[in-house]
Formats: sequence, C-alpha cells, structure tokens
Amino acid sequence: MYTIDYRDAGTPVSVSKKSVQLEIDGQAVHVPEGTSIMRAAADAGVSVPKLCATDTLKAFGSCRLCLVEIEGRKGYPASCTTQVAEGMKIRTQSAKLSELRRGVMELYISDHPLDCVTCPANGHCELQNMAEVCGVTDTRYGLAGEQHSGIAKDQTNPYFSFDPNMCIACSRCIRACDETQGTLALTMSGRGFESQVSASQNEDFIDSECVSCGACVEACPTAALTEKSLEQHGQPTRSVVTTCAYCGVGCSFKAEIKDGAQGAEVVRMAPNRDGHANHGHACVKGRFAFGYATHPDRVKSPMIRKRISDPWREVSWDEAFSYAAQEFKRIQSKYGKYSVGGITSSRCTNEETFLVQKLVRAAFANNNVDTCARVCHSPTGYGLKHTLGESAGTQEFDSVMQADVIMVIGANPTEGHPVFASQMKRRLRQGAKLIILDPRAIGLVRAPHIEADFHLQLRPGTNVALINALAHVIVSEGLTRDAYISERCETASYAKWKNFIAAAVNSPEATEVATGVPATLVRAAARLFAKANNGAIYYGLGVTEHSQGSTMVMGIANLAMATGNLGRAGVGVSPLRGQNNVQGACDMGSFPHEFSGYRHVSDTAVRNLFESAWQVPLEAEPGLRIPNMFDAALDGSFRGMYIQGEDLAQSDPNTHHVVAALTALECLVVQDLFLNETAKYAHVFLPGSSFLEKNGTFTNAERRISRVRKAIEPLAGLEDWEVTMKLSQALGYEMNYRHPSEIMDEIARLTPTFTGVSYEKLDRLGSIQWPCNAAAPDGTPTMHVDQFVRGKGRFYVTEYVPTDERTSSRYPLILTTGRVLSQYNVGAQTRRTENNRWHDEDRLELHPDDAESRGIRDGDWVGISSRAGETVMRATLTDRVQSGVVYTTFHFPESGANVVTTDNSDWATNCPEYKVTAVQVAKVSQPESWRARSMAARHQPRVTETQ
Amino acid sequence: MTIRLYLPCDSSARSMGADRVARAIEQAAASGKLDIQLIRNGSRGLLWLEPLLEIETAQGRIGYGPVSVNDVDSLLTDDVLGGGAHPLGIGLVEQHPFLASQQRLTFARVGVIEPVSLDDYQLHDGYAGLRRALTMSPVDIVQAVTDSGLRGRGGAAFPTGIKWKTVLDQPATPKFIACNADEGDSGTFADRMLMEGDPFSLIEGMTIAGAAVGATQGYIYVRIEYPDAINTLREAIRLARGAGFLGPNVLGSGKTFELEVRSGAGAYICGEETSMLESMEGKRGEVRVRPPLPAIEGLFGKPTVVNNVISLASVPVILAKGAAHYRDFGLGRSRGTLPFQLAGNIRQGGLVERAFGLSLRELLYTYGGGSASGKPIRAVQVGGPLGAFFPEALFDTVVDYEAFASVGGMLGHGGIVVFDDTVDMAQMARYAMEFCAIESCGKCTPCRIGSTRGTEVIDRIVRNENRVQNLSLLQDLCETMLQGSLCGLGGMTPIPVQTALKHFPEDFQRPRP
Repeated sequence: MYTIDYRDAGTPVSVSKKSVQLEIDGQAVHVPEGTSIMRAAADAGVSVPKLCATDTLKAFGSCRLCLVEIEGRKGYPASCTTQVAEGMKIRTQSAKLSELRRGVMELYISDHPLDCVTCPANGHCELQNMAEVCGVTDTRYGLAGEQHSGIAKDQTNPYFSFDPNMCIACSRCIRACDETQGTLALTMSGRGFESQVSASQNEDFIDSECVSCGACVEACPTAALTEKSLEQHGQPTRSVVTTCAYCGVGCSFKAEIKDGAQGAEVVRMAPNRDGHANHGHACVKGRFAFGYATHPDRVKSPMIRKRISDPWREVSWDEAFSYAAQEFKRIQSKYGKYSVGGITSSRCTNEETFLVQKLVRAAFANNNVDTCARVCHSPTGYGLKHTLGESAGTQEFDSVMQADVIMVIGANPTEGHPVFASQMKRRLRQGAKLIILDPRAIGLVRAPHIEADFHLQLRPGTNVALINALAHVIVSEGLTRDAYISERCETASYAKWKNFIAAAVNSPEATEVATGVPATLVRAAARLFAKANNGAIYYGLGVTEHSQGSTMVMGIANLAMATGNLGRAGVGVSPLRGQNNVQGACDMGSFPHEFSGYRHVSDTAVRNLFESAWQVPLEAEPGLRIPNMFDAALDGSFRGMYIQGEDLAQSDPNTHHVVAALTALECLVVQDLFLNETAKYAHVFLPGSSFLEKNGTFTNAERRISRVRKAIEPLAGLEDWEVTMKLSQALGYEMNYRHPSEIMDEIARLTPTFTGVSYEKLDRLGSIQWPCNAAAPDGTPTMHVDQFVRGKGRFYVTEYVPTDERTSSRYPLILTTGRVLSQYNVGAQTRRTENNRWHDEDRLELHPDDAESRGIRDGDWVGISSRAGETVMRATLTDRVQSGVVYTTFHFPESGANVVTTDNSDWATNCPEYKVTAVQVAKVSQPESWRARSMAARHQPRVTETQ
Repeated sequence: MTIRLYLPCDSSARSMGADRVARAIEQAAASGKLDIQLIRNGSRGLLWLEPLLEIETAQGRIGYGPVSVNDVDSLLTDDVLGGGAHPLGIGLVEQHPFLASQQRLTFARVGVIEPVSLDDYQLHDGYAGLRRALTMSPVDIVQAVTDSGLRGRGGAAFPTGIKWKTVLDQPATPKFIACNADEGDSGTFADRMLMEGDPFSLIEGMTIAGAAVGATQGYIYVRIEYPDAINTLREAIRLARGAGFLGPNVLGSGKTFELEVRSGAGAYICGEETSMLESMEGKRGEVRVRPPLPAIEGLFGKPTVVNNVISLASVPVILAKGAAHYRDFGLGRSRGTLPFQLAGNIRQGGLVERAFGLSLRELLYTYGGGSASGKPIRAVQVGGPLGAFFPEALFDTVVDYEAFASVGGMLGHGGIVVFDDTVDMAQMARYAMEFCAIESCGKCTPCRIGSTRGTEVIDRIVRNENRVQNLSLLQDLCETMLQGSLCGLGGMTPIPVQTALKHFPEDFQRPRP
C-alpha cells in the first residue's frame, strides 16, 4: 500500500526531450517520447485500471487490466507496456474493454479472500478499488474452486508480514526488490496457479537475504505485504512530508498519522515518491525504525542535580533553565568567560544548530563551540575548501546515474547509506565500472549482478599512499586532462603537484610495500578511472577519520581535477555524510573558527555583520575544539558545557580520556532524547524532541535542504530550538523566534550561500541545494560548473606520512571500524527498536588465519586491547577482512569500541583516527569478568595518565 | 565386399529396441564372420516400421521393419543381404509410397546419412549453402531468405527474411542467433528427428544466419527431454569446429561463428521465444513483454535472431539451390515445404515433408492410412495442444497458413494428432485448459487463474451443474484469455476449447454417469 494521498501514474516518467502528440479518448495529449499510454492517460487525467503497474517500476504487463484500443491496431494492447506514437488514437473505455476487464477482475476475485472489511488494507487496497472501478462485486466462478487459502502467514519480519493468501502475484514486490533496492531477495516460486512470492529460496523473510528496506511493502497493491503497525494501529488519516533523521542521504518521507483520543500517533513512515534524494525508496532504519521516538526511555521532564553522584530531580523547564544559566554565569565569573562552551549536533536541525552556536558566541561571548562533525567529516570541509573553494560535496545523488566509472573510497554505502547505494547499484547494473578502495571486502565488492572491477584492498592508514599512486600512474602515463587543467586550475600549484606526484616514491611499485595493494592492480584501476568519460568519487569516514584525513581529501580533489572530473553531472567528489545533518551542522557555523557559510571569525567584515545583527560584540579568535575542551577541562580552565544531541562519552575516541574530562566539569548540560552515556556526567538534563516532534530543516550530503515538519507534539513540551532559545533568555541574551522559519530567515540574511532560502520556497520546490541566492535562485545541483568556487582549482602536495599508530609485537593487529545497515551510529535510536533483530551486538571480525594462530573460533569471546584501553566482544571469523586487520562496529555502548581507539587525530582538523588502532586480540574464558573490568575502568577517570 | 547396413539411432527407433537389434547384428556378424558395416543413421520418418533396417544393395537400400532381435538371424542370411525376400521387407525404401511422394528439402538427408559424419554430410550437398553464402553480402543472404518465402516453422509463420533484416539493421553488437529447439507441442517430433538425423544442416543454417546478420555467437536451446539430440549436436559442433566450419575463421572467411547447446529448463513455456531468452539468461522462464522485439533487444538485451530448428535447417538448401527453387514449392503465401508429423490414433505415424497445398485428408488417409484402431477418425488437432480441433467436415481444408486461419485453425509446427470416434471432446477441451494450467508461467492473470478456472467450469458443465450458465461463462473465459493473455499460451488455449464446443457441441450436452 502506498502513501494515502498519492496518485500513481503507473509507469516511470520518460526523460526524452522529443514530444509526441496523440489522442486519448478524444483528448489531445502531448507527452515525451517513450511514455507509456498509461502514463500519457494519467497525465491527461484519465485513469486506466491497473494492478501490476506502479510508477516506480518498469512496466510489466501482467495484470491485463489496462488493456486499451488503438485505432488501426488489432487486439487490445496493454497500456502500460505500449509506448505512445505520433498520431495514435486511443480509447480507454468501450463496452469490449469493460467486458475484458470484468473478465480479468472476476478471475482475481475468484482467488482472493473477500473479507475486505477486516483487512488492514481496506480502503487503500488497489484490488478492492479496481473491482469497484470494473463494477465487479461477485465472481461467477464461485469460491468452490482451487484457492490460495490457508497458507501460513510469514510474520517473521518484525515490521511487516507476508500473507500469501492475499497475494495477487503481480510481482511488484519482486520487481521492487530487483529494480528499486537491488537486493534481489525475492522471487516467484512455482509456476502457473502455484506461483508464489518467495523470499530467497522459500525461506522466512527474516532468514532470507531481505534487508527489510520496505520497497516490497510499499509496492504491494493489497494486504499481502503489510506493515504490522497498520495492523496494530489501523489506517492513517493524514500525512506530513518530512525528512528522515538517520543518515546523510536525507530521504523524504510522508509521516502518516492517525489522530485518536490519545492524540496523534505516527503509524507509518511512507517513503515520498516526490522526494528528491530518495525518489520513493527507503531503508530499514528510516522506513521502520521510528519507534524510538515513543520509547519508554524517552525523558519527558527536565532534571537537575548538584553532583553527578546525586540522583536526578525532575524540575520545571523554568527551574532547569535558570539553574543552568546560574551555573554557567557562576563558572564564567569564577574562571573567566572562556571557561564554558557548547557542542552542536549533526542530528539536530539547521535552525537548532544555528541557535546553539549563536548562544555560545553571543550569550557565552566566546567561540568555544564545536560539533560532532569534528569527529567525522571535518577533514572534508578543510580539504575541499582549500582545493575547490567550498566545504561540500560537488554533486547531487542523481548524478551517479551518469557516471561511467565509480570510485568508492572508505565508504560502505550498502550499510551506511543504503538508499543512495541502491541508486548506485542501479547504475552499476546498467554497466558503470566500479573501483573500491577499502581494507575490507564491503558488500559492493560482490553483490547480485554487481562485481567491482577493482577492489584495492589496502592496509588501514595508507590511503594517501594509494591515492598518490593512482595519481602517479595518471600523470606518468600522460592520462591527465591537460586542457581542463590549464583552463580551470592554478598553473603553479599544478606544476608543483605534478612534479611531486611523478616522483618514483609515489609509484604503485614503491607504495605497494605500505599499502599492500599490487602495483599492477593500481595501474589498471588508475587507467580505468582516467579514461572514463565521467569518473565519480564517493567517499566516507574511511577517508576522513585518519591522521592524514585532510591530506586524503585533498588527494581525492587532486585526482578529480587532474582527470577533469568536476563541474558537471556524472562526475565529482561526493562525501557520504554519516548523519542526517552533518553538512548542515558544518554550514551553520558550528566550528569554533567559522560563522555560518564557512567564514572565519577573524574576518572583520563578517564579524561586523553578525555583531550588528546580534547586537553584541563577537570574539575574533577561534575558540576551543572538542579535544581542546577535554584537555582544558582536565587542566581546570574549562568548567561548563552545553551539549545538544551528541553522546560524546560513547562516540568520541579514547573513552577514558573523555570520561575524565566530563567528570572534571562543574556544570554539564545535556539536551537529548535519552539519558545517554554522556548524561551520566551531567548536572542538567534537558529533554530533547525527536524529528517527528518539531519543525526545521536538515541538509543532506548533496547540500540539499529539506523540511522537517512536526508530525506530533513534543513529548516534553518544547521543541529543541525553543529549549536553546529559552536557555539563552535565561542567560540574559534575548532570542525571540515564533517559528524556525524565522531562524532560517536570519540564516539567509547572514549567509551568502543561503540568501535565497526560505520556508516558503522549500514548500514550493520541495527541497533546495545550496548555494541558493540571486545567482542560483532554485539552488545548485552541481557545483563548480563554469569555474571552481575559489576561482582556479588548487592542487596540494599530499605527501604520505605514516600514522604514529603502528603495530608492534605487543599490538600486532590493526583495528578499523564501520557500520551495519540495521544500526545507526552509537545506536541510541536503533537499539530502541526491533532493528536489534538483525544486529544485537557488536562483533569483532577476524581473518581465519589470525584466529587460528590465537586459537579463536567463530563466536568466541575475545579481549581487544590497545594502548588506550581494552574491551571484550565476540569474534566472527571472515575473510572479508585481510589478515592482520580486525574490524568492528560501534553501535553498542557495552562493546565500547572507542575504549580502545586512541587520541591520534587529523593534523588539520583534529578529526580522530578511529580507523586505525593497533590492538592485540586474545581469547578470553570469562567474558563477564573481563567486561566488568573493562566497564569499571571506563568509568574510572584515569586523570593521572592523561594529564 | 563389405555390405552396408543402416539402422537408425533416432530415439523413436531406439525406443522400439533399435539398440538391442544393433547389438544383435554386430554379435551375429562377429560370430558368423560376416563382412558387414552397420551404420546408425537417422530415421526416415516411417515410424510404424521402426526399427527400420536398411541393407544397401546394387538396386538401392532395401528396408525391413519393424525389426526385433529375433529377426536378426533370418535377416543376416546371404540371400537377404543380397537383396532377397524377407517377410519384413518393404522393398526399396525410397520407393515406399509413404516416402516416394514426399518432397524432402529440409529432411533430404535425414535417414539417409550418418548424422555426425562431416564426410557423409558433404557428400550429400552439405555445406554447399554456407560456401555460397560466404561469397555473398549479408544483405544478399537476407534477400535470398526473404525471396524464398520461408516463414517461421515454429508456428508463428513470421517471414524469416524480414526478421533477419531487422537484426541485420541493428547497430548494436554483439548479435546472437538463438535456435528454439524446445519442441514441446504434443505430437511433434520434427525438430528432434532433424537434430538427431542431420545435425549439420542446423549448424550450417545457423552459421549462414550468423553471416547474414553479423552475429558471432549462436545458441541452440534444446529441451532437456531430448538427451540424444543434445549429445548429437554437441558432437557435431565439436567436429564442425575442428574442421573449421565453426570458430574464429569460418572456412577462412574471416567471419567468426561459435555455437553452444543449452539444455532447456523442462517447461513448455520456455518454447515461447521470450521465455526461452529469459531461461537462456539463467532466469525463470517467464514471458517478456513485446516490444521490444527480440530482433531488437533479445538475448542479454542484444539483437537476436530467434528461429525454430526447421526454419534454420531449411536455410542451407535455399542458399545452395537458390531462393527460387524453394519458393517454387507451395502456393500463395505459404512457400516451400512443411514437415508434417502424424501422431495419435493413426495407422502410419511419422514424418511427411510436403509442399503446402495438399489437403488434411490426404495426410490422414494417403499417408496415415486412417486410424490405428480402424474406427472412423472423428477429430484431429493440428498445431499442437493449442491448435484447433478439426471435424471430418473440414478434412478437405487445403494445408496452407491462410486457408487454415480462415477456418479458425493454425498449422503451427505441423503436428497432427488423430482421434477416432471414441474420443470425448469435452474431456479434450478440459485437457487443453489443464495443459495450460500445468504449463502457464503464471505471469499474466488470464492464463494463471483462467486456465484453472477453465477446468473447473468444464467439470461443472460435464456434471450438468448450471450447464447453460457455465457454458456461457466458459465462452466468456475463453474470450478473456484470448484477448487478454500476454502470450500465445493463454491466448491460444481457448482455440481447442472453442473449436471443440463449436464442432462437437453434443459432447458437452451428453448425460453422464
């Protein structure tokens, strides 16, 4: 069942520029060439009956309800599979067509339960609707014949059920799994009347290859595949278009709401077919895992306590604000104005983020504001700003459909950015080539109908050596696009870089020692990329979270410039952002050295603009970064912190160090949905509001600003922006906004790349990719089109410097980290949903050779120790990882992956080196005592060690 | 002097004990120190005489059949080996009335030669067509096929030359030649006989097709129920490739053509050309929507000639002897010859290759000799399980595509199944629906559900439950399937049902126990 207020045009839109004129039921229609008769009719307002057609899937032609008559043509062709032709005259209604459609409907009805009234799809069932349209209320075949009835319902998926008795064998689910999701988990088993949808090879959905993206459920015209939430709560009554709060893809959804006696409740998140980032697709998180919003763990009342050893005391909002404000003021008067700061969150809206940094700069009167983007994509901002001139990805997602060679570096799209991965896979199935740079065999290396042309399986920490080697081949073999470079890039910096990269030390043969990637593979991959008409690079945290993260981003930009792959669709450098609003949080001035729009605080003109708008003097010196705040907390100069929506204690590296710093604070204010790990050290807890409970905007990885719209009232009474506003008021700095649109208006006034953005325009266009201003009133899908934002593209010399984190006889293995599809980040949301059914613990992936020498078997408990700490989890033996490398996810606090990660960080931005930690792994016999020891140690600040 | 004996290795002969007879002959020859050579040929198509032993004499090949192991000793006497009389003797095989009046163009070598002997094949005009084709431009080859009037012998009767031209005109590469050898119609066996009896003619035809349209790879999709045909073809392909008739440089022409046998998936629907392509791609055999035509987007989305075995095997003779030679057979828009297959309740079952233009009656009585049971022939079904039933009144229908269409029938693949007057046509109608229910791929609704409902409705009619209403429902269902189905399976299943209802209404009205 698709979203309640959608009109399905039956077949996908044709992108042809050539127009065809035809006549449908006497009405002249103009449509693009390649359009189906069904869609042409829909465009003309004529609904042709259909069951197997839906406009997200290719025409299939199986239901035979959409038959039409074409003048001069024999028979009754299906309108979904027949394309329009010039001058065609079509009749969609006639006595004969009605007779045929009734004949088909009677057959359908003869094999379908007729208990519509109690069916969860009642009123939104296409079969029911079509029976009505065809005027069929009964079947002359009776119900005594062979039937699909009494077949057990598959209830194994936690979010949806499959009832074969309701299935009309239209194959929409199978086609959605193939075409939309690209997992190919579903098939039709049996033939003829016995045809039945089967997950994998007649397995239960939960045990099959199904990734629970929900595309099949969305595509199902009947109740055969139904959300359990609909069965539990009943039909929605209205819907609100909003944006997913999980990853950086930023899928558009229709939150379907049922208004009841207990107020409004969200019964379904339906992917929005008009969504510009997702085009009607979704993943298991966004589609189904929204139950955390109403989880009993949600804190609904503000709380305070004097000491972190005291119990929490629920208080009124006013008391919480006034207590927090008093404390911050006391600390600032005692330790100086730089002794407090704030953290914005990539999980919160642009407007909320903007307010937090405004509060720090205007109310705290310093620049001690930083964001969790520090620990993920800060090198992206730095690297792309310096080379290209803008701290953002260059493309829109749809660009991938024009790429000929796709390079994926340090990203795992099918797990981390599943909806974009599906689009990328669609392009790969069309024949685009794929190069993967990753220490681990990610899913894209080999998937149904997809196989990477090259998997350059490098050792963690050697990205820069490898990107240099690729560039070396391109330069030394004369594969650079010289005309492009001379027209668009700096001559001097290019010459310098070219000279550097051509040196033998950067040759694949030389770097092979460090990277472990055979030189022949590197050479072949470099040639493939360089010779592509359109080469596109996508990367993730495997690029940024390194001591040379910023260098690597620059290396990527160098490669794209040298091969002429920037400034048009199908190419570009695209960071895949981890969280929903990483891009936005960075755009909004969350970093200590920048105002919104990446303008340095030392720029007097910019500062004057903000000073006059905010009516306060502003600091010209950058404030503290997160790691500096921790250090300052430990040395006693930093005493108060306001953290909105980030769990520093779990997500930041070297937990021992973080915990010691947090414990040293005199006032820690945490604003969050849940009492997270960080809240254990907080003095004030301000309950947050989930994305369903507030208005605002998120900016996704393609710079796309999309509206977040309130579906239900905030559980704790206030939206997050209101909380920050009221805290600011309590601090004595007036903020007065009636609606987040007014915050966006302020952002637009103060930020050159946002001047054209308004809620009114967002409502009108659906979404906007910044820059949006007088030069680009509807936004900018592709950046750097005629020239780079900084003018000429700048090449940077990217010398490979090995990380200080080295293996040794004591720590002989390298630990690297990643994500799984079903869990999100530190798991605060997804762990509070049924997604745990797929992944309920973090495990350590270990190569069988490394396991064998340690006597470790699959499923054994193993201890992992590094120079920073130790933890324990179970082992999974797999050759996805290379020997010498171990891998884990970081979704569960008890596994404490970050207890072992170190203080190493990117030289430019302090982004932590999560991806490289030297460790030893050993089998442990008593995991409980190990875990207890590890947990205890984690919460014992080891001040002496870190000072 | 060595005396040559021929005994078919065709599976129809083998099913009647030909292998045992062959062993007995070889043993007898060894023990009696007879100077004989036993050649396993294809079948002549006189199936009621299989195993048909032929002894080469000065006058020609004299036939004896059906031969059993017990007959071997009496046959291997000097007298018989010298052309003397024997109770099983039928005289010179080529003068047998069943064969003498046939017009064998496509089956000219079948039963005559040793199937996998390249020498024997070339001795009997084999590869003359390809040699000629290799001197011609692709356009001219296609033109020759067009001019010959050859139409698709799989059943749809689409002009072969026009199909080839479409593929020739496609700019996309690579292109493929896909031979449909998933011969699934009940009562048909022409494809099998040809593949088992003269595999090189198919290989040659496909090679010519490749040269004509610019395809470098061919596939023969053979139903898995034809293991002999599969083995024979594979061996023949191996030999042809070894001798340079296939491979990277066909006969030194610089043209490449490779050939591979793919075994079928055991489903009738895989004989429908788009399902066959799906199956060849390793997918579930399910009908594709047309357009795009396979000639434009066929196997793996590339331009593909999909032709039946007989169509392709008829190409060598067209090229060797010229389009006019082939076109001069037949009449109207049905040119050349069609190998008819007589099966069911018929005295002389087998293969009859004749030019279009004879009557159904001639086939049934002149060749078939009437029913096997001796009772009057009441009905025949022409063109496989989806073909029309013909009553005696229509036996004088001239056999050509258009004449058959005008009486609501179709020639299809040339299969003719005969029923005598004990047949229950209501059960035959039910069987048509049941066949469709068993073989439906399940993609489209009229076929998937309609065929099952069809059997149920006919059962009710037979049981006299609301007979009038159910007869009307059956007519409506037939119309839904006929007009609404995605492919010919669902779309033609109503034909036997409707013709049974039309010509034999009494069988649906009878009171039953």
